[in-house]
Amino acid sequence: MATVVDSSDPKSNFPIQYRELNYLNCSSGWKSWFFTLDHKRIGIMYLIGVTCSFFLGGLFAVLLRTELLSPKQLLMGPDTYNQMFTLHGAIMTFLVIIPGVPAAIGNIILPVMLGAKDVAFPRMNLGSFFLWLFGAAFFLAAIALGGLDTGWTFYTPYSVTTNTAVITALLGVFILGFSSIFTGLNFIVTIHTMRPPGMTWFKMPLFLWALYATALIQILATPVLGITGLLLVVERAFHIGIFDPALGGDPVLFQHFFWFYSHPAVYVMILPAMGVVSEVIAVHSRKHIFGYRFIAYSSIAIAMFGFLVWGHHMFVSGQSRVVAVIFSAITFSVSIPSAIKVFNWLTTMYKGSIRFTTAMCYGLAFIFIFSIGGLTGLFLATLATDVHLHDTYFVVAHFHYVMMGSSLVGLFAAVHHWWPKITGKMFNENWGRIACLGVFLGFNLTFFPQFLLGTRGMPRRYYTYLDQFQGLHVMSSCGAYLLGLSSALMAATLIYSIYRGKKAPANPWGGASLEWMCSSPPPHNNFDHPPLAGDPYVMESVVYNEEIGGYVPVECQGDNKQTVTASGDNEA
Amino acid sequence: MKLFIPNMLANADAGFWFPEQSSTVAEHSDSVYFFILYVCTFFFVLIVSLMVLFMVKYRHRPGVEATKTSTHNLTLELSWSVIPTLLTIVMFWVGFTGYIDMRTPPSDSYEINVIAKKWVWAFQYPNGWIESELHIPKDENVTLTMSSDDVIHSLWVPAFRTKMDVVPGRYTQEWFKATRAGEFPLMCAEYCGQKHSMMVTKVVVHETRGDFDKWLQQASDIHKNKTPVEAGEYFYKTRGCVQCHSLDGVPKNGPSFKGLFGKEEKLADGSTVKVDANYLRESILEPQAQVVLGFKPIMPTFKGQLTDQDISALIAFIKAQK
Ligand code: HEM
Ligand SMILES: [Cu+2]
Repeated sequence: MATVVDSSDPKSNFPIQYRELNYLNCSSGWKSWFFTLDHKRIGIMYLIGVTCSFFLGGLFAVLLRTELLSPKQLLMGPDTYNQMFTLHGAIMTFLVIIPGVPAAIGNIILPVMLGAKDVAFPRMNLGSFFLWLFGAAFFLAAIALGGLDTGWTFYTPYSVTTNTAVITALLGVFILGFSSIFTGLNFIVTIHTMRPPGMTWFKMPLFLWALYATALIQILATPVLGITGLLLVVERAFHIGIFDPALGGDPVLFQHFFWFYSHPAVYVMILPAMGVVSEVIAVHSRKHIFGYRFIAYSSIAIAMFGFLVWGHHMFVSGQSRVVAVIFSAITFSVSIPSAIKVFNWLTTMYKGSIRFTTAMCYGLAFIFIFSIGGLTGLFLATLATDVHLHDTYFVVAHFHYVMMGSSLVGLFAAVHHWWPKITGKMFNENWGRIACLGVFLGFNLTFFPQFLLGTRGMPRRYYTYLDQFQGLHVMSSCGAYLLGLSSALMAATLIYSIYRGKKAPANPWGGASLEWMCSSPPPHNNFDHPPLAGDPYVMESVVYNEEIGGYVPVECQGDNKQTVTASGDNEA
Repeated sequence: MKLFIPNMLANADAGFWFPEQSSTVAEHSDSVYFFILYVCTFFFVLIVSLMVLFMVKYRHRPGVEATKTSTHNLTLELSWSVIPTLLTIVMFWVGFTGYIDMRTPPSDSYEINVIAKKWVWAFQYPNGWIESELHIPKDENVTLTMSSDDVIHSLWVPAFRTKMDVVPGRYTQEWFKATRAGEFPLMCAEYCGQKHSMMVTKVVVHETRGDFDKWLQQASDIHKNKTPVEAGEYFYKTRGCVQCHSLDGVPKNGPSFKGLFGKEEKLADGSTVKVDANYLRESILEPQAQVVLGFKPIMPTFKGQLTDQDISALIAFIKAQK
């Protein structure tokens, strides 16, 4: 295929796009980016947006942790503190984690993995990015217009009565919801209609299964969030009693609406990361993924069960005992598909040939962190223990282990795994691994002590606390600094590689799925001829080639490079 | 245990994980916790040691390729689906039984009403006495019937392992039977705005019912055992006036009490009023009737919560703030 072309021969008579032109340099100028219909460029813009949001949210986090170094006031007063944790949470969830893997990485990789030229609706894709930008602008406006102090959960009646920028932020959430729905819709149609010849549902890479399950949740659950937000806006603006008891509404109803979206949304955050890890573990262990079907089904199962368990956020809200018991029982059902995946990943590593690339290190960190995140969910799903733990730092620790520890580490794994494909450059693996170690240690130092804080009696969203908790808070803050520095190091390593990195081969790690079959970075249209898809996990189908420093398909190895392109032509 | 864990890690009056168990449900809650903890630790150690083992044993060596193994094994996969399922059923069950106990107030309970508002707790005893700390007798079932004046709060006593939201517009209940005398932190666990983290008070558990009754008797006899100014100060602190009215002359959400009595106040409607006993009384009972210029009409009414005698004491107290 095109990728094997000997690039040392500049006068080779292959069509120019095979060697030089790729999606990054085929046109230039800001308009060629801003109005592009190329899914890869849109994905890159998302990635940049998500990264900026991550560092903004991260800055808030570091300031919050600094304030918590002492039970006394250090940096800011309670009002600022409350606004800051709200914006930290809202930015991280709505602007970073929800769009992170699906919209940024998914956009870049999904069509290439399918051997397609683009997503089904490129214009809608660009539209969803603009909506994201627009929504993000509303968030920034909310910060400027007097902040927001409701917590990312917007619980009523507090959110009806506080005089901060609730309406602005909710409109932002509403717009972001549309962005999310459009992306989901696009992915579903793309996966249904644009799979290449030979790619049956059960030959689809697991990352695509994960994106598919995610997209289902996005289009089914997000409208509920949109409507809830609108109802709240209506209530605030026109004093119509929906959620505020002072106006004749029901505050617990809001919680039902909110969690009906937000519980499934946590799976929007974790499922794509699980998909990434399935790819990363298989490729970097050079093994066929174990139990393919179980992993695929478990994604769908998580997506489905995810809709039935929202009430577990409300065990102490005053809902009836019967309801609480039912929700608890169903909640446990979500833990099983997650457990299945973990065991499958481990078995995939068995007898493999494991390379500790940066991507793999993040993959392994994911397994460690996700196990803690998932297992601590069991304490919260169990009624007797949740009553004590609800709304404490134990919950904070749990959801950071799954949301930030797992989803974000999954995003990091994805970025490193596909970085050569996306940018055409190899980054420095040593610096990458050092950053990964820092993220891993920093993360655990930040959040592990919080489990203890929670069980010992520290409620969440507290600006000051009893003196006895200071030691653990200080540990946690130190972890946050390490985490922040390591993320910066990671970003620096990657950005440096764009300027100074070695040129990446088409297939640096030896993956067998289609995105590795086109050059790095891919040409504007990804593939000139629809590639023929086989089992995406037969790692033996590619072998290492010293000359290129990457992997090439077995049948192309050695003798005649010309046949490579020729055979590509024949398949068409 | 204490010997090996540096001070930073150990909790002053308790074990490593929890504050000392001080109610009848605590023991069950903790034992469920530890049961889950052991199961989880087992699986976590299993997962991580397999991972590390594979990392070491199957790390890439030049020239050695991965060994092809079967990509699928139904027995294995069913077993790691079924065994965790069975374990979670057990977890659900033990959690469920304990929860039903926590949520079923015994019929022979001592009843205390709780009113939560930003950012104070008010505990009202059967004789009508209101106090900002919760006092209860040891070894007796106590039921709290709770309501909120503004937003959602949540009453949590970590030492008792119970928690319940306090929701405006409805009553919720929480009960416990304390098993240890002493003082324990009681806090708000649901975010409720600016001073959420300061909505912390304590539960005082009295050794016997006799002690408790004696305490209640004395406490509620405030007009007898305190001067009016002292009694007024007491109401000022316990009924939430302190949240909005300072004594140092700096206005907070409401005017400061310093030098207030006898002053001329400009009202929002443009008129003026001289601060006297009648004006103060009206401001306490009908706060929205005459609002001082520059302040929002946010003060709640205390009608029905303070007796005439209480109000007189408050007025005496305000008068004393020269
Ligand atoms: C798949 C990965 C998971 C994700 C992404 C996730 C995410 C979250 C998040 C974001 C929250 C807190 C939201 C908030 O209150 O602000 C949460 C709470 C909770 N999670 Fe998970 N979780 C995961 C796994 C699990 C598992 C496996 C279980 C149970 C078996 C579980 C049970 C719970 C429960 C019961 C709560 C509510 C706790 C409370 O508010 O008292 N979670 N989860
Ligand atoms: Cu509160």
